[in-house]
Amino acid sequence: MITVYVPRDSSALGLGAERVANAIQVEAAKRGAAINLVRNGSRGLYWLEPMVEVATASGRVAYGPVQPGDVPGLFDTGLLEGKAHPLCMGPTEEIPYLKNQERLTFARVGITDPVSLDDYLAHDGYRGLRNALAKEPAAIVEEVTASGLRGRGGAAFPTGIKWKTVLNTPAEQKYIVCNADEGDSGTFSDRMIMEGDPFVLIEGMTIAGLAVGAAQGYIYLRVEYPHADVALNQAIEAALAAGYLGDNILGSGKRFHLEVRLGAGAYVCGEETALMESIEGKRGMVRFKPPLPAIEGLFGQPTVVNNVISLASVPIILDKGGKYYADYGMGRSRGTLPLQLAGNVKRPGLIEKAFGMTLRELLYDYGGGSASGRPIRAVQVGGPLGSFMPESQFDTPLDYEAFSAIWAVLGHGGVVVFDDTVDMAKMARYAMEFCAAESCGKCTPCRIGSTRGMEVMDRIIENQDRTKNLALLRDLGDTMLAGSLCALGGMTPYPVLSALNHFPEDFGEKNVAQVA
Amino acid sequence: MTQTEWDRDAVTEVIEQKKSMPGALLPILHGIQDRNGFIPEDAVPQIAKALNLSRAEVHGVISFYHYFRTTPPGKRTIHLCRAESCQAMNSQALEAHIQARLGIGYHETTADGTFSLEPVYCLGNCACSPSMMIDHEVHGRITPQSFDAIINELKEMAA
Repeated sequence: MITVYVPRDSSALGLGAERVANAIQVEAAKRGAAINLVRNGSRGLYWLEPMVEVATASGRVAYGPVQPGDVPGLFDTGLLEGKAHPLCMGPTEEIPYLKNQERLTFARVGITDPVSLDDYLAHDGYRGLRNALAKEPAAIVEEVTASGLRGRGGAAFPTGIKWKTVLNTPAEQKYIVCNADEGDSGTFSDRMIMEGDPFVLIEGMTIAGLAVGAAQGYIYLRVEYPHADVALNQAIEAALAAGYLGDNILGSGKRFHLEVRLGAGAYVCGEETALMESIEGKRGMVRFKPPLPAIEGLFGQPTVVNNVISLASVPIILDKGGKYYADYGMGRSRGTLPLQLAGNVKRPGLIEKAFGMTLRELLYDYGGGSASGRPIRAVQVGGPLGSFMPESQFDTPLDYEAFSAIWAVLGHGGVVVFDDTVDMAKMARYAMEFCAAESCGKCTPCRIGSTRGMEVMDRIIENQDRTKNLALLRDLGDTMLAGSLCALGGMTPYPVLSALNHFPEDFGEKNVAQVA
Repeated sequence: MTQTEWDRDAVTEVIEQKKSMPGALLPILHGIQDRNGFIPEDAVPQIAKALNLSRAEVHGVISFYHYFRTTPPGKRTIHLCRAESCQAMNSQALEAHIQARLGIGYHETTADGTFSLEPVYCLGNCACSPSMMIDHEVHGRITPQSFDAIINELKEMAA
């Protein structure tokens, strides 16, 4: 029996993976070949999706991008023996894009059957949880602190400190909330984990529950991710049936229950306090802080709110130790960051690397330059609230502090590439428009400022009183930066003013180097 | 189906099933929209009563979230991504093509009731931009030609 892998990842499905899987089944049956078709996650080499892999004696061999019409020809040339074909990429693990990565959090993604608990266990799954069960809560927190892990959702707050606060806040009921409202354009690492290795997130949340004394967890998942919803619920059911979740985790007497809650298309619900309001069944309005969610969070109880990648990085930290994880990275950015390369780029995909690689290496060594073949003019790092960066900044190392030193943000690690056809004044207008559409409306700088910002941008684009309006735009940016309640209003000036600072010629200004 | 025609039994069933969940309102609204295609405004008093909320509170939640709708959708809903990654891959031209092809703008439904068009800000399919989702299926690297092919196929299936 030969094992053939065709991803069930939603991006692969969006390129025809389902039809490819069907064509392979049909062709194998026609030729009397016995195959075991596994629907894996994506390896993250998206320009090769749908990517088919075949298990051979010398390891897995990759073919891509495969369309249904390619399947008979692939069988003719010996797909099942891993033989040569124009679409053959050779041994999967030897593809440089993959080989040069440091996959810790994504160790299993694309390799295993995402919803098979047996497969998860066979690939080092639940070793972190077993170690955690043998430790006191404070010792689990200590391990996470030692790893140097910082919140991967964007704010980069030290995860261990957050957990310690919840651990030390006495309460009958505490919660673990996973922020899976991955709304930033250019990001898809949370989705890939949830679709491609949901057990690692479940294990991470269970460990978090043991660490702080929380018996209930919620995954707040955006409604735009229906495939992740299915995979998570299948995995939760399997974990529950096998005693990895429930009232008596692996016979320890410890309890942890987990539930997926769907969002409803509001970007601001990715902000942790708005997210908790939403789980409570309310409008996703941002709360004032303090009180911190760690002290008064979901339903007024102490709550850990962490991003998917933060929580999915916990199992390997508990398995191999905090030091193992901390040995990767640079400066105060420890461990690895799953980068997501998107937009106008030749080889888009998921690249998990230790912090410290430069943006240029990412864009050209991995990305291979733009998809259109034109020069890359700008990249936006860190989602719709991240700065636009010009070519002169491409040598910046991917590190939280290096980015903040040049008024940019690494955020959730999403990188969107634009070629030289981009109009940066239009991008600045779009940033204001997006903020206006998604503002929760609680604070004035964000609610009113974004709409006024859109109008000011319209006047700048139409060349009405440009000098006056540019001054007004900067003034408005200051107000939003300093006066907004959360990052939505507070960071919208990053894309707007970075576009103006680095690409003033698109705003009808002379290009002289300016500093924000 | 018109505004007034909706399945009262389904709504009651969803409410009864979910009303004791902590923070039950969003799960109830999702359940109703999944069963019915939209959330009938006439159902608001019943939801409010079951959760001991005011009608204004329920209405406030429905209107806050882009995903919830109070009018019947077309047979298929197309969610077209407007976010940055898709823009970098020329989604604005695609948007113009789709609106011209369907003869509708955002938040509208074709006259024959086949397609509704909604904007969406990111489908997490950014490595395969530009993207759209039809009902629950994502489609990547969409061109005007591939859009037409998908639409024609769906029309044939419906015919």
